[in-house]
Amino acid sequence: MASLVESVPASALRSPGRRWPDGSFRLLAILAAATILALIVLVGWVLYIGSGDSIHKFGWRFLVSSQWDPVTEIYGALPFIYGTLLSSVIALVIAVPLGVATALFLTEMAPQWMRQPVVTVIEMLAAVPSVIFGLWGIFVMIPWLRDHLFQWLKSTLGWLPLFSGPVYGVSMLAGGIIVAIMILPIITSVSREILRSVPNLQREAAYALGATHWEVIRIAVLGYARRGIFGAAILGLGRALGETMAVTMVIGNRPEISRSLFAPGYTLASVVANEFTEASSPMYLSSLMEIGLVLLGLTILVNVLAQIMLRTLTGSGTRKVA
Amino acid sequence: MKSLLTLLSFAALGVAAAPAQMLINGAGSTFAAPLYTKWFSEYAKVDPSVRFNYQAIGSGGGKKQITSETVDFGGTDGPMSDAELAAAPRPLWHIPTAAGAVVVSYNIPGNPALKLDGPTLADIFLGKVTKWNDPEIAGQNSGVGLPNADIVVVHRSDGSGTTYIFTDYLSSVSAEWKAKVDKGTAVQWPAGLGGKGNAGVAGQIKQSTGAIGYVELAYAKENNLPFADIKNAAGAYITPSIESVVAALAGATIPDDFRFSMVNAPGDTAYPIAGATWMLVYQQQKDHDKGEKLVQFLKWAFTDGQKLASALAYAPLPDAVQARVLDRINQIKY
Repeated sequence: MASLVESVPASALRSPGRRWPDGSFRLLAILAAATILALIVLVGWVLYIGSGDSIHKFGWRFLVSSQWDPVTEIYGALPFIYGTLLSSVIALVIAVPLGVATALFLTEMAPQWMRQPVVTVIEMLAAVPSVIFGLWGIFVMIPWLRDHLFQWLKSTLGWLPLFSGPVYGVSMLAGGIIVAIMILPIITSVSREILRSVPNLQREAAYALGATHWEVIRIAVLGYARRGIFGAAILGLGRALGETMAVTMVIGNRPEISRSLFAPGYTLASVVANEFTEASSPMYLSSLMEIGLVLLGLTILVNVLAQIMLRTLTGSGTRKVA
Repeated sequence: MKSLLTLLSFAALGVAAAPAQMLINGAGSTFAAPLYTKWFSEYAKVDPSVRFNYQAIGSGGGKKQITSETVDFGGTDGPMSDAELAAAPRPLWHIPTAAGAVVVSYNIPGNPALKLDGPTLADIFLGKVTKWNDPEIAGQNSGVGLPNADIVVVHRSDGSGTTYIFTDYLSSVSAEWKAKVDKGTAVQWPAGLGGKGNAGVAGQIKQSTGAIGYVELAYAKENNLPFADIKNAAGAYITPSIESVVAALAGATIPDDFRFSMVNAPGDTAYPIAGATWMLVYQQQKDHDKGEKLVQFLKWAFTDGQKLASALAYAPLPDAVQARVLDRINQIKY
C-alpha cells in the first residue's frame, strides 16, 4: 500500500501529460537561440557568395591595398578598416571614462532625487536617431571643434604627429567624438546596472577597514564590478564599429591613412552606405559586399579578442578582491 | 473574434468593390525624382485609372531593376553602357526626360562673382592649384580681391549622377583628369573632402572659408549659395540657368539611341556642365495593358508634362528633340 502511494505522484510527474510543457518550452528556447545563430551564418554566407567576384580577383590584396577606384575597378579595403578601428578606439577612449564616471556618480554620490531624472535624460540620448546626430554634428559640433577645441589641441599638442596638419573640422577625430556621444548612453546604463548590483556588504566591509570614500569606490565597488564594466565597453564597441550615418557626415569620407587625427578618414560601414545605391557594375557591387564581409569579420574578431582579454583580466581581478 | 471576422470580410469587400486601378512601378534616379513625382500626381488627374509608383533608389538601382524586369520603367542620370544594355533580356530604350545643370559653388570672403574655365577647375580638383590667389584663377578674374587662402575641395562622397556629370565635364576639358581620374558616379578623388548628398557638400562649403564644390543648380538656388560662371566651348563665360542648359541641349549632338553627353556643348550661350536624365523602357512591353498605359503617359509627359519642368528648375527638351522622342515613343510595342 505504502509503495503504491509513493509511486502515484512519481509516475504522474513522469507521465507524458505532465511533461509536455517542459519539452515544448525547451524546444522553443532552442529554436529561438538557433534562429540568431542561423541569421548570422546566413548573413555571412550571403555576403561571402556576393563577394565571390571580388575575392577571386583581388584575394588577400583586398585587405592590404589602399586603392579604391570605381572607374578602373581596383578595390582595396585597408583605409576603411583603419578608419573603422581608429574611430572606434577614439570613441571608447572618450566614452568609457565618461560613462563609468557618470554611472559612479549616479550610484554612489548623487542625491536620491537627482538620480531618476538624470537616468531618463541619458536614456533619451539613446533614442535620438543617428541621422540627427549627424546633422547636429555638421552644423553645431564641427564649427565648434574647428574653431576652438582643435585649435587648442594644435597649439598645445601640435608637436605630436597625431595633432598636426591642416584643420578642416571634418576629421577622424570628429568621427570618433560623435560615436563617443552615441555610445555613451549604453555604456552608462549598463555600467550603472552593474554598479547597482554590487552588494552593500562590499562597501560596508571596506568602510569597516577604515577606507575613504574614494578607496571604497576603487577597491570594493570598481574591483567587484570591473568584469561587468568591461562588458559594457564591449557592447559600446559593437555599436561603434557599425555606426554609419552620423559618422559619414562628419568624418570627411576620404579613403586615406593619415597619422593626423585632424585628417579626414573613412569607415567600412560608411562606404557601403554611400556607394551601394549607385554601384552598377558586378565587380563594384561585389567589392562593396566584401567590405560588408570584412566588417562582419572584424566585429566578430574584436568581440572574440575582447572575450579573451576579459577572461585574463577577471582572473587577476578576482584575486585582488579576494 | 466574431467582430474581427466581420471587419476582415468588410475589408475584403472594400478591396473588391474599388475600381480596378493599375499600378505601374518605376525605380532609379534621385535627381529626377521631384519631376517624376510631380508628373505622376498631375497625370492622376488626367487618367485616374492608373497609378504610378516611383522609388528614388539611385541610378544604379534603377538600371539593375529594369534589367531584371522587377519594375516597369527605370530612371538613370548616366546612359547605360553597351555591356549593361547587352545584359537586358530585350532591347531597352533610353527616353531623355529633362536636363539639369551642376554648378560650382564656393565660399571666399565677400563671395565676389567668379569666372572659371575648365582647365582651372580640373587643376583645382586635381589638387594642383591650392591657393585662391593662384595666377590661374586671378588671371580670369581681374579686379576681384582674391584672398591668399588655401582652397578646400569638397566633393560628393555618395555615388551620384551629379558626380557623373561633373567628372564627365572635367574629363572632356582636361586630358590629365581623363588619364588620372576619368568619369563615373563615384571616382577616386585626388584631393579634398567628401560630403554626403547635396546637403553634405553645401554644408561643408558654407562652413569652411576657402571651400569649393559642386551641387545641383536647383539646390544652390534654394540655399542661396554663390556659383561661378563657367567658360563654355565657344569661349564665353556663362551663368548657369535653365535657359543656358536648354541652349546646351539644343547644341548637343544627340544620336538615335538618345545616349548622349551634353557637357561642353557648342553654342554661344550654352552652359557647359549639364547632363540629361533618362527613363529606361523596353521596346517590347511584356504586359499589353500596362504597356498601353505607359505609352499614353509618356506621350502626355512629352507634351503637357514638359511645361512643368522649368518650375522645378529642370531644363525642358527643345522642340526638335521632343519631336524625335515622341516619334520613338510611338514605336514602343505592347
